[in-house]
Amino acid sequence: MPAREGTYGLLAEFETPGDLVRAARKAREDGWRRMDCYTPYPVEEAAEAIGFHRNKVPLVTLIGGLMGGAAAFALEVWVSVLAYPLNIAGRPLYSWPAFIVPAYEWTILWAGLSAAFGMLALNGLPALYHPLFNAPSFRDGATTDKFFLCLEALDPKFNLAETKAYLAGFAPTSVVEVDY
Amino acid sequence: MATKEVKPPEHWVDPATGEYRVIAPGQTFRSITEKIARIVLTPHTPMGWFGLFTVAGGGATVLMVAVTWLFLKGVGIWAITQPVAWGFAIINFVWWIGIGHAGTLISAILLLFKQGWRNSISRFAEAMTIFAVMCAGMFPLIHTGRPWLAYWMFPLPYTMTVWPQFRSPLMWDVFAVSTYATISVVFWYIGMVPDLATLRDRAQSRIAQYFYGMLSVGWRGSVRHWMRYETASLLLAGLATPLVLSVHTVISFDFAVAVLPGWHTTIFPPYFVAGAIYSGFAMVLTLAIPLRKFYHLEALVTDRHMDNMGKVMLVTGFIVAYGYGMEAFMAWYSADHWEAFAFWNRAFGPMGWSYWTLIACNLVIPLTTLWSRKLRTNIPFMFFISIVVNTGMWFERFVIVVTSLYRDFLPSAWGTYRATKWDYATFVGTLGFFTFMFLLFVRFLPMIPMNEIRMLLPAAKIKPKAAEAAD
Repeated sequence: MPAREGTYGLLAEFETPGDLVRAARKAREDGWRRMDCYTPYPVEEAAEAIGFHRNKVPLVTLIGGLMGGAAAFALEVWVSVLAYPLNIAGRPLYSWPAFIVPAYEWTILWAGLSAAFGMLALNGLPALYHPLFNAPSFRDGATTDKFFLCLEALDPKFNLAETKAYLAGFAPTSVVEVDY
Repeated sequence: MATKEVKPPEHWVDPATGEYRVIAPGQTFRSITEKIARIVLTPHTPMGWFGLFTVAGGGATVLMVAVTWLFLKGVGIWAITQPVAWGFAIINFVWWIGIGHAGTLISAILLLFKQGWRNSISRFAEAMTIFAVMCAGMFPLIHTGRPWLAYWMFPLPYTMTVWPQFRSPLMWDVFAVSTYATISVVFWYIGMVPDLATLRDRAQSRIAQYFYGMLSVGWRGSVRHWMRYETASLLLAGLATPLVLSVHTVISFDFAVAVLPGWHTTIFPPYFVAGAIYSGFAMVLTLAIPLRKFYHLEALVTDRHMDNMGKVMLVTGFIVAYGYGMEAFMAWYSADHWEAFAFWNRAFGPMGWSYWTLIACNLVIPLTTLWSRKLRTNIPFMFFISIVVNTGMWFERFVIVVTSLYRDFLPSAWGTYRATKWDYATFVGTLGFFTFMFLLFVRFLPMIPMNEIRMLLPAAKIKPKAAEAAD
């Protein structure tokens, strides 16, 4: 990967979630695509505004759960029928109803681990460094009480001076340039 | 019959919207963040914390001594023998894991039901779950007598080519409890990541910045991340709900699948699950009431929380009462001589006092008083009730384990049970260890989920521009 340098993007700070959502919606309408919103709690409207509607976490969870259930059941059958057959009170070796409970638990275990770690992986986390952490306003407010819109330099529409003026049109508290 | 509408107290309702208020008015994003983050980030640990920590640490030391002696001498230092081979270890196992269930119920089931009030108490209830499961897991392990061979319970390819027996409920238990512990930790940690990021950004000292920085895995609050996070939380809640119901069901199978009178009943799974939630909510109250007082969190954990928790206890208490009633009914209706004797012996045998303690603590005291909102919002009373129910639920497990075992089919094999000082030391030790872990948690991790509380504030509502200008 080539070394990234220069500007990462322009970061506008807003006081209320409403202001952020309106700005993000307008930017999206104006053709911006490489952008993101940053909020101290989940703001569904902001995700809608930047065109992020669905994610792959449910699919990952489903696959994990099915694999977990299948793995546990297969293991039980292999152990009880082939590897170590035991006569327990005259029950058949393939006594599948008794195998359901561990298979059920492993379905949940694998699905839960897939949901949690799948979510982190899809988010690209852990990522201890991010250019936005260079902005003092971001460090102070993004995880407490401020709402941010970032228009990224990778977007073809990006031009430092013009974009700065464009963002100022939304009347944010501040607009800062963020470097890599 | 005339009914009258019960009006909620005035300060519970938001006059602007007419909606129920969960937390006290006048809070902002920053004020609640400061309030919760300060508890963790302050360099000045309150003296009271050290005092409690010393006491709890003493308790944890008692546990260490008891377990060390157990490893040196063997399980003979406990009162377990024939016919009562399960004793305190299994009573405490079931009691502790039941306590854990309320944490999962609050964080998972109430999330699915969109109960906003759960947000204030969910985090420390989840922490309670994890520490309770730790205490619970310890008991079957040390009860095996040779805990260093515990790995035999896992399906691993050993050189001796022996495999576990999957038709046994005890084996199901291994899977249920280990899954429960893992999922609880994951759910708790994932829920904490955004708050750890807040602490990272608010921390002043370098060490705290590194510590919370590493734990928060670089969370930056991108709405894309938030949406995946919300999906994952919802899915975890959806998975934890059947899980929590299955765990105590499987534990009840440990008893119900056996042919012993007093254990071999079909009412056990629902009655165990309800009892677990009953005792768990009692423990949440036992922890929440001193905690809100000590850290001045009355604005976040309000009397409405007490009221709601009281209602949940009332409902689960009645399910438990139904369980007791059904046991008594089936003892008669089954026309089974042994079943009838087991019940008679429970209530009127030499250990009948334990049965009547359980009836008093689980049914008589809570189920007559929790109807009154005045009492449900009376903080000292709720603390009292929480202790009563915790005691009652411990006796319930005592009754199930001991009174079913000590007089079974053959009168010549009857015995009795009297716990030794090491039984008590181990139990008290786990109480100390639990408190010890919980104190470390409130000192170093955010005990109330800040990101979820923010969503409850009026400022989090997105209004059209015109309405905002009017404010």
